[in-house]
Amino acid sequence: MHKLNQIFQALTKLLLVLVGATFLLSLIVRLLPGSPADFYTNAFNEEDRLLQIKALGLDRNAFSSYAHWIFDLVRGDFGPFFMSGGSTRPTSLIIAQSIPRSLLIMLYVQIVSLTIAIPLGLLTAYRADKAVDRIISTGLFAGSAIPGFALALSLGYFFGVRLQLLPTIGYVPIAEGLGEHFKHLILPVASLSIPLCASYARILRAEIISTLRQDYVTMAVSKGISNSRVLIKHVLRPSSTSLITTASLNMGALIGGTVIIDQIFALGGLGQQITFAIFARQYIALQSYIALIAIAFILFTVLADLLIGVVDPRTRNRNV
Amino acid sequence: MTESTTSTIANKSDLERKQIRRERISLVLKDKTFLVGAFILSFWIILAIFGSIIAPHGAGDQDFNFVSHSPTSKFFFGTDANGRDVFSRVILGTRLIVVMAFSATILGTVLGTSLGLATGYFKGKFDMIVMRLVEAISAIPVLIIALLAIAALEGRSPTLTVIVIGFVFTPNIGRTVRAAVLGESELEYVAAARLRTERTRHILFREILPNVLPPIIVEFTVRLGYAIFAIATLSFLGAGVEYGSPNWGSQIAENWGNIYSNVWWPTAFPALAIASLAVSINLISDSLLEIFEL
Repeated sequence: MHKLNQIFQALTKLLLVLVGATFLLSLIVRLLPGSPADFYTNAFNEEDRLLQIKALGLDRNAFSSYAHWIFDLVRGDFGPFFMSGGSTRPTSLIIAQSIPRSLLIMLYVQIVSLTIAIPLGLLTAYRADKAVDRIISTGLFAGSAIPGFALALSLGYFFGVRLQLLPTIGYVPIAEGLGEHFKHLILPVASLSIPLCASYARILRAEIISTLRQDYVTMAVSKGISNSRVLIKHVLRPSSTSLITTASLNMGALIGGTVIIDQIFALGGLGQQITFAIFARQYIALQSYIALIAIAFILFTVLADLLIGVVDPRTRNRNV
Repeated sequence: MTESTTSTIANKSDLERKQIRRERISLVLKDKTFLVGAFILSFWIILAIFGSIIAPHGAGDQDFNFVSHSPTSKFFFGTDANGRDVFSRVILGTRLIVVMAFSATILGTVLGTSLGLATGYFKGKFDMIVMRLVEAISAIPVLIIALLAIAALEGRSPTLTVIVIGFVFTPNIGRTVRAAVLGESELEYVAAARLRTERTRHILFREILPNVLPPIIVEFTVRLGYAIFAIATLSFLGAGVEYGSPNWGSQIAENWGNIYSNVWWPTAFPALAIASLAVSINLISDSLLEIFEL
C-alpha cells in the first residue's frame, strides 16, 4: 500500500513535469520565425486565407491552442499535421509509422549494450588493475569517447562501401522479412550501442569495485562461497542501481534523440521526424512528438525506481 | 558522488583540506591519462591560435584540377568536391569549435554554479520551484532543445549557439553544484561565518565556493566534452554555424554523401579531428574524476 502510494505520488509529480515541459515547448515553437500560416496557406485573397488559417487551427491564441492540443492528446488524438492549402492529416499516421521503428531500435540497442556491458563490467571489476582490465578498459574508454556520427560514418564506409556486406540506408519492417529487417539495422544499432555499451560497462565496473570493498563480501568469500557465486549473487545485484538509472534515462533519449543516426541511415524514426517538424514549422506535430518522448521518459523513470526496489531491497524505504 | 567527496574531507580542518588539495593537484599532474589528454588538447589549442599561419591553403581556395582528389603531396588530406584543400580546412576549422566549446561551457558553468549556490544555500520554496523547472527541462533530450532554440532564434550565428548550449547545460551543472553546496552549508565554518554576521555574498563566494570547486572543475571538463559533441552535431545538421564555413561538422555534412563513391577523405579527417578533440577532453575529465572523487 505504501509502495502504491509512492508510485502514485511519483506519477503525479512527473505528470506535472510533462504538462510543464510541453507548455514551455508550445511557447517556444511560437517564437519560431515564419508562422505555419505562411507555410501552409496558398489562397489568393485575404478572406480565403483567413478561412485556411482557421482550418489549420492557427487562429487560436497560445493558451487556447495548448488546451485544444492537450484535450485531443488525452483522447489519443495527436493533432493535425499541416498540409498545403489549409488541409490537414492526422499526425497519428506519421507517429504510427515512426514510433515502432524508434521503439524497436531503442530495444535492440539496450539489449545489445546490456548483454555486452554486464559481463565486461563484472570482468573488469573482478580483475581491476590487472592486464585484462587495463586492455578492456582502454577499449571501453575509446568506445565512449568517439562521437556517434563519426562511428556511424566509418562503420557505413567499411561495411557498406568497402566490403559491400550491409545496406547503409533505409528501414525494412519486420513484416517484409526478418532477415532484411535485421540486416538494415545492424549498422545503426551498432553505432548507437558501442558508445552506450562502453559507458554502461564503466558505470558497472566502478560500482562493483566499491561493493567488493564491503564487509559482507569478505564475509561471503571467507565462508567459502565460490567467487563466481559471490559476484553474481551478492555483488551484481546491489551494484546495478546506477546502471538501471542510467539505462532508463537513456530510453527517452534513444527514442527521439538519435537525430543524427536516423538521418545518416535514413531510418525515418522519431528523431528524423522531429528535425523535419522543426524546420517545417509543424507546431502541433512537434508538440506531440516531444510529449511522447516525455511520456516515455516518465514511464521509464518510474519503472526504474520499481526495478531498483526489487533488485536492491535496502532502497525500498528511501524517499523518492 | 560529489556528496561523498565533500563529506570525506568535511570533518577535517582547514589546513588539512589545503594539504589534501595540494596532494591531489600533484597527483593529477603525474597522472598519465591526464598528461596524454592535456598534450592532445594543447595541440588543438595551438592550431586554433596559429591555424591561419600554418594552413597551406585558404579555406575557400579552389583548384579545379584537383576535384575530389585523394591525398597527394600538394594536398595532404586530399580535396573535396569543390576542389578545396581538406588539410587546410580541418586546421582552419579548429578555432571555431575550440572557442565555441570553451565559451559555451564557461557560460553554462558560471550560470549553473550561481544556480547551484543559490538553490543549495537558500533551499526552501525557491529551491523547490527551480528544481521542478530543472526536472521539466531534463525530460526533453538536450539536443532537441538546442535545435529548437536555434531554429526559434533563426540563428546560424556561433554566438547564439554558444548561448543556447550554455543555457542548456545550466540545469545539470546547477544540480551537481547544488548537491555539493547542500553538504557544505551544514558544516561548522559556514555556521561560524553566519555568526560573525558576514554578508551572504561573502559566505557564498568566499567561504563555500572555494570548497565546492573540485566537483565544479570535474563537471566543467565533462561538459566541455559534451559541448564538442553538441556543436559538431548541430553544425552537422546545418544549425548554429554559417553553412560552408570551414567547421568540422559542416564539412562532414557537405561531404559524407560522397563516401559511397569511395571519396572518404573529406569526411574522415574532420571526423577524426572531432574524435581526437573529444577523446583528449574525456581523458582529462576521466583522470580528474578518478582523483577527485575517490
